[in-house]
Amino acid sequence: MSRLPLVLLVAGLVVLPFYAGPFWLQAGLFAMSAAVGAIGLNILTGAAGQLSMGHAFFLAVGAYSYVWLSAGSERAAGVELSGLGLPTGLAAVAAVALAGAVGWLCAPLAGRLKGAALGIATLALVFVGQHVMYRAEAVTGGANGRAVPPLELFGLRFADAPEPPLVLGVPFGGLEQLWYLALVVLGGAAWFARGVLRSRPGRAFNALRDHEIAAGALGVPVARLRATAFALSSMYAGLAGVLLALVFQRTVPEYFGLALALDYLAMIVIGGLGSVGGAVAGAVFVALLPSLLTRYGDALPLVAEPGGPGLAPAEAARMLYGVVFVAVLLFLPTGLRGLAARLRPPARPARAAADPTPATPKTEEQPA
Amino acid sequence: MTGLVEVLVNGLSAGSVYALIALGFVIIYKATEVVSFAHPSLLLAGGYVIAEFHDELGFWPAVVAGVAATALLAALVEVLVLRRVRSGVHGTLSIVTIGVDIVLTVELARRIGTRVLPLGDPWGDAVVRFGGVTVAQARLAAIAVAVAAIAAFLLAFKFTSWGVAMRATAERRETAALMGVRLGRVSAGAWAVAGVFAALAAVFLCAFPTPGLDRATSFAALKALPAAVIGGVDSTTGALVGGLLIGVTEAAVVGYQNEWGLLGHGFADVAPYLLMVLVLLWRPAGLLGTREVARV
Repeated sequence: MSRLPLVLLVAGLVVLPFYAGPFWLQAGLFAMSAAVGAIGLNILTGAAGQLSMGHAFFLAVGAYSYVWLSAGSERAAGVELSGLGLPTGLAAVAAVALAGAVGWLCAPLAGRLKGAALGIATLALVFVGQHVMYRAEAVTGGANGRAVPPLELFGLRFADAPEPPLVLGVPFGGLEQLWYLALVVLGGAAWFARGVLRSRPGRAFNALRDHEIAAGALGVPVARLRATAFALSSMYAGLAGVLLALVFQRTVPEYFGLALALDYLAMIVIGGLGSVGGAVAGAVFVALLPSLLTRYGDALPLVAEPGGPGLAPAEAARMLYGVVFVAVLLFLPTGLRGLAARLRPPARPARAAADPTPATPKTEEQPA
Repeated sequence: MTGLVEVLVNGLSAGSVYALIALGFVIIYKATEVVSFAHPSLLLAGGYVIAEFHDELGFWPAVVAGVAATALLAALVEVLVLRRVRSGVHGTLSIVTIGVDIVLTVELARRIGTRVLPLGDPWGDAVVRFGGVTVAQARLAAIAVAVAAIAAFLLAFKFTSWGVAMRATAERRETAALMGVRLGRVSAGAWAVAGVFAALAAVFLCAFPTPGLDRATSFAALKALPAAVIGGVDSTTGALVGGLLIGVTEAAVVGYQNEWGLLGHGFADVAPYLLMVLVLLWRPAGLLGTREVARV
């Protein structure tokens, strides 16, 4: 992306909490958390070519680890809940590390499988994980879930206070503060992933995806690299899980199911496999579409009032999302990112014309 | 002892239904190298058509209508969507079927709503007793129908020209095409057959002891997915073995899970997946699947 639109976008996101209401902030926070997770999945599935349908499981590991590490032992709704009561900042970091460790442990099993079989095997993680979340009540709170302790960093408490501090006349509650935290986290996550993908490990991931044997023959340590990809991707998922837990303020097992795992796959496919920008675009699209349609659905044709005949807003969102999913794969094999590249005017036409040497077909685009 | 026999018969019955669905996965995979994640919605579509028409037409004609409609729907998915995807990336086709499944499932779930639709099958809750063992008639019918359908398929696969074309395509697509096999027809045909099996499976998934068809019926397809993988996703015999294994495992877990404490309730839904992971650790290509040998 060229500099100007990026700068404008970031500036817009920075001033947004001064103008937008809680609905937009919540939706935006949700989209930013999803974007962090999608970047991680795109490293694993898009760049390294390991089809994972178990991303929801790693999100859950992150979210529940944070809750369990930071919350104290308590008694809620008749269930004894255990917890370590660590400082919340430390708990967040540990949760991310734990998610990464779990991902790293999955790599040896994943190394035995390829393609769709790997996808189905990772699906097992989602189902088994959800079962554990429902049953291990002492840690997870069971079906009712568990309240998430708000994050406290450097004396800042990311939660609604009875008297929120005023910044430029705007009350800064939990959502506003979290917004900036999420913005920083997303920026850092995107910057780091971009660095990984554009340097040595990223090239090695692509080699692994394109031809495992050839990659091995070229000296790429295949097994170690696959483990790295799994660990890195799970750490991103864990980070997204922590953010989501902080935004929702409650973790429930129902959320981390098959639908969520498929949502993440949809995000990277719609956005564009293997790129950071694509993952973010896809995540924003998939995460915002349902809430937008639910809120503004009555303005659209074909979408009915809830309970009336025709498509309810939530159904319309789901349907539209499925149609876009298929349409993108049919007509835009490189996703939204490919669309952006196509709409952009060709780079530096003047200099290319002035260049006396005949241009060898050299493209800067990476193969998708 | 009688408890064990009942568990086994119920397990085999459920297993034969899973085998039907798993066979659909295998047929599609052999013909097109796609793992169909659209199966949950195909299952739902078959059940829905039967549920809608059994009052007007009677049960068996409704089953025929449901089977035909699902076969047509599955073939349409292949012709209208999968055939048109021009992407070299491996696995993209399988991902496309997820999108197809989302669209179909939304529409079917909307039509079904929160209702539980009876399929009007003739067995009801009648049971058969022999010795001290009590088995529901619907369970036995499931075994009989599954065995008949699978036998018919395997015979056709072996002896008809369609079967020969299928096997040739599975062996090597390019050579088959050069020999005059129409790949498009083979692929669409494979999807149609998988649709037939999915609709038949839907009948027995909704029969006694299940009250009828609801939105959650489609999850059964997700349990048959491990069945296909356990057997080896490119092996028809493997699908049968995998299906029966899953069925018996599930029935055994349902029968005994209350004695297991923490794992306990709901473990039956997870057991197929755990079994799959164990099998894959031991044999990555599944029990009867072909091991992929790479030549450089």
